[in-house]
Amino acid sequence: MTASLRSPPSGSEPSFPRAKEGERDERWQIRIRGLKKRFGPQQVLDGIDLDIERGKTNIIIGGSGQGKSVLMKHLMGLLKPDEGQILFEGQDLVPLTEHQLNPVRKKFGMVFQYAALFDSMTVMENIAFPLLERYRLRRDEIEKRVRELLDRLGLGKVPGIEMKFPAELSGGQRKRVGLARALIDRPQILLYDEPTTGLDPIATKNVDDMIRQTADEFGVTSVVISHDMASTFRIGDRISMLHAGKIVVHGTPAEVMKSDLPILREFLFNANMGEHGREAKGREAEGPATEITKVSPPPTQSNPNPSPNPSRGAS
Amino acid sequence: MAEAASAPAPSPPGRVSLAFLGVPVRGFFGFFGDHAILLGRALAGIVRPPFRPRLYLEQMHFVGVGSLPIIILVAFFSGMVSAQQTVRALELFRQERYVGGAVGLSLALELAPVFTALMITARAGSGMATELGSMRITEQIDALTTFAVNPIQYLVTPRVVAAFFMLPVMTMVFNVVGMLGAFLYSVVVKSIDYGAFMEYYRYWTDPSDYFQGCVKASIFGVALAVAACYEGFNVRGGAKEVGLATTSAVVSGSVSVLVLDYFLSDMLATFFPLRS
Repeated sequence: MTASLRSPPSGSEPSFPRAKEGERDERWQIRIRGLKKRFGPQQVLDGIDLDIERGKTNIIIGGSGQGKSVLMKHLMGLLKPDEGQILFEGQDLVPLTEHQLNPVRKKFGMVFQYAALFDSMTVMENIAFPLLERYRLRRDEIEKRVRELLDRLGLGKVPGIEMKFPAELSGGQRKRVGLARALIDRPQILLYDEPTTGLDPIATKNVDDMIRQTADEFGVTSVVISHDMASTFRIGDRISMLHAGKIVVHGTPAEVMKSDLPILREFLFNANMGEHGREAKGREAEGPATEITKVSPPPTQSNPNPSPNPSRGAS
Repeated sequence: MAEAASAPAPSPPGRVSLAFLGVPVRGFFGFFGDHAILLGRALAGIVRPPFRPRLYLEQMHFVGVGSLPIIILVAFFSGMVSAQQTVRALELFRQERYVGGAVGLSLALELAPVFTALMITARAGSGMATELGSMRITEQIDALTTFAVNPIQYLVTPRVVAAFFMLPVMTMVFNVVGMLGAFLYSVVVKSIDYGAFMEYYRYWTDPSDYFQGCVKASIFGVALAVAACYEGFNVRGGAKEVGLATTSAVVSGSVSVLVLDYFLSDMLATFFPLRS
């Protein structure tokens, strides 16, 4: 789809040059430029520049109340920004109407923080919901697809799970059913809103494994909102940190570990990163001991693939 | 609407500032405007595919069939008390025989549609507001949007349509049961002549009276459903806010019914004057 370059609604310039509309990037599936959003007097997003890598697990971290969920809701079109662009496969989603957004939304799947399962429907009805809404499939075919998905997500052996209502499920089961509902129509991108919040460590690891396996098995691009650093380093391919309304760090786990940004260091210092975080940190110790290298800056129109500091080791 | 960034300038000497009216006046028009917008979007959902007949039937069952017991109970006693008070008044003139016509007319034109609407507001309206409010705070409405489903078409339209069709049905049930209650009190308790009761009932009431009652009931149904859905849809917060929304839904739905009743009665009386 070709389209002219668009000005942001307010006319002010973003922090980074605009990514060009109409151009599908092979590496970056979603490109956000200059995203701003205000709620009353509070400027929640203050010029977000972010790229989501195709086929990878992209993690967005940040403290509580920094606007991570607000950012995610913009990706699904649940919120409209005050300024900025959200390019999905080269198409700017911001100016689209609700009706125009619907075909785009069908390429996304979203797993909500508390699963957001429909209370009045059984597990079978919840998971089948997207198929029933979009296609005219036979009932037995729908049930077969649902059962296959339940098996792949480890719920097939729970007796009678298909006919249970959300209130009868455990927290972990609800998240898996929510994931199944998001996956049933084979989306290109999966969004996870704080998937491990409130879960015990074992359940957290199970959810992390589920996200990782889903990404590997289904080949989807994952965008995960999290403040759980152990999970982040366990499953993340790219990590971005949201702070004070902006993305302040963006890179691979090893690159992020090498950042000298004070807010990130404080975040990491106070977090339990788990063995994967320590492993990433350990890689740094094998490299140059004193040199603090910087992470790659976010890609821009003029430099879509910026290289890291050449003195750094692992990327 | 944007708020003024600075305080309003003081009024010139000798003039009274009306700025204090700004909030309530704007609130009044905002209330009706927001409800009208929601109603418009809900009506648009009727003609736009996909069509989901199952949802309409479910809501008609909830609004209508589910309300039947309370409607029957209220109708029976309303008919009895209406007959009781009418007989008391007519006894002053020794004209108790007119009770069938008087109660029949008041039921058909006013008591049945208004009481039916108030009962269904309390029962179904509160249920709608609570359900939608709970869906809002648990992100189920957002989930619908992520599946490219229009939440107003999916949630509000079936409720509005169900109320539009089921209120007249329930109103007719109210009429029948109310007349039964009036009959039992008048004929069995007060020993008024059965023949006189039925004769004046048939003479004073007309099918157009029941038609007017049903027209009112349909409009009341739309009003209460829109009020309930509006409050539920706009909940922000937690369980407490859902409770407040439910209360607001019942209050605004009931007030809407009573206010509309006056204007509709006036308008319908123009088209259907009472026979002399």
